Amino acid sequence: MTKGIIGKKVGITQTFTEDGRLIPVTVIQAGPCRVVQKKTTEIDGYNAIQIGFVEATKNINKPLKGHFDKVNVKSMRYLKEIRVENPDEYEVGQEIKVEDIFQNGDLVDVTGVSKGKGFTGSIKAHNQSTGPMSHGSHYHRGPGSLGSTGPNHVFKGRVLPKRTGGDKVTVQKLEVVKTDNENGLLLVRGSVPGAKKSIVMVKNSVKA
Amino acid sequence: MDLMKAVEQGQLKEVPQFQAGDTVRVHVKVVEGTRERIQVFEGIAIKRQGTALTETFTVRRVSYGVGVERTFPVHSPRIDKIEVVRHGRVRRAKLYYLRDRVGKAARIKEKRK
Repeated sequence: MTKGIIGKKVGITQTFTEDGRLIPVTVIQAGPCRVVQKKTTEIDGYNAIQIGFVEATKNINKPLKGHFDKVNVKSMRYLKEIRVENPDEYEVGQEIKVEDIFQNGDLVDVTGVSKGKGFTGSIKAHNQSTGPMSHGSHYHRGPGSLGSTGPNHVFKGRVLPKRTGGDKVTVQKLEVVKTDNENGLLLVRGSVPGAKKSIVMVKNSVKA
Repeated sequence: MDLMKAVEQGQLKEVPQFQAGDTVRVHVKVVEGTRERIQVFEGIAIKRQGTALTETFTVRRVSYGVGVERTFPVHSPRIDKIEVVRHGRVRRAKLYYLRDRVGKAARIKEKRK
């Protein structure tokens, strides 16, 4: 069964295991989230629940406010959907907390928007290799040949420098190191896409 | 940021005050097969780096004519205790210049109180 929660990336630190080994961890403030809507095959064509994160007190537009008022749930800043097999297991307005869904040792997939890198060369953007920096080489970090002169145009799909970062990225199979029930924190091993304070989606791993 | 502190708080150990230039004796827990014993590594702390839980320090000693440097996380549970043997008087935070010095030249004056 798919389980998931919306969270906010807090930062990166490290912790020690009982035998003294060091583990790098990302701290995520996960939840508490609320179920805002249940979607079913009969009405929507698929089964899912919509959950909200961070209570919103201002700047809610009228259509969205109506969406919350209809089910008598407090307005939320972020809304995301999770595909579930059976939405009837949830109730609208139900609170989802980290400790309810994840235990230590679980594997999770974390989705976020990666840090924007701006306009980057083809080496960073497409993993091309650099030319030699010395020995009279005048070819350092350029994109290389754009193709033959015969066709009189550059073929579509030719990789060139571009804007990178700011993409939706999922990191799979991250281990849950610890859950802090008091503060609603989730510690996962390794790094998570995005900047601090950015919103991430944590689901149980599809590969687990 | 306070949330980060909440995560790190319980894991911080109390360590004596020391800085680069001080001679320290680090009692390290070593696992040999199934039993655990304590090994002492004594030398000059040549750097301290990082903050809170991620802080590390490097100890340098010359053993049988070979320079040995070991870096430890300050709050590692593998460290039994840290003893400060002597406070040294140094003028910089990172004492990498000691790597290029041998014998008498690699000495550090003791700090006068």
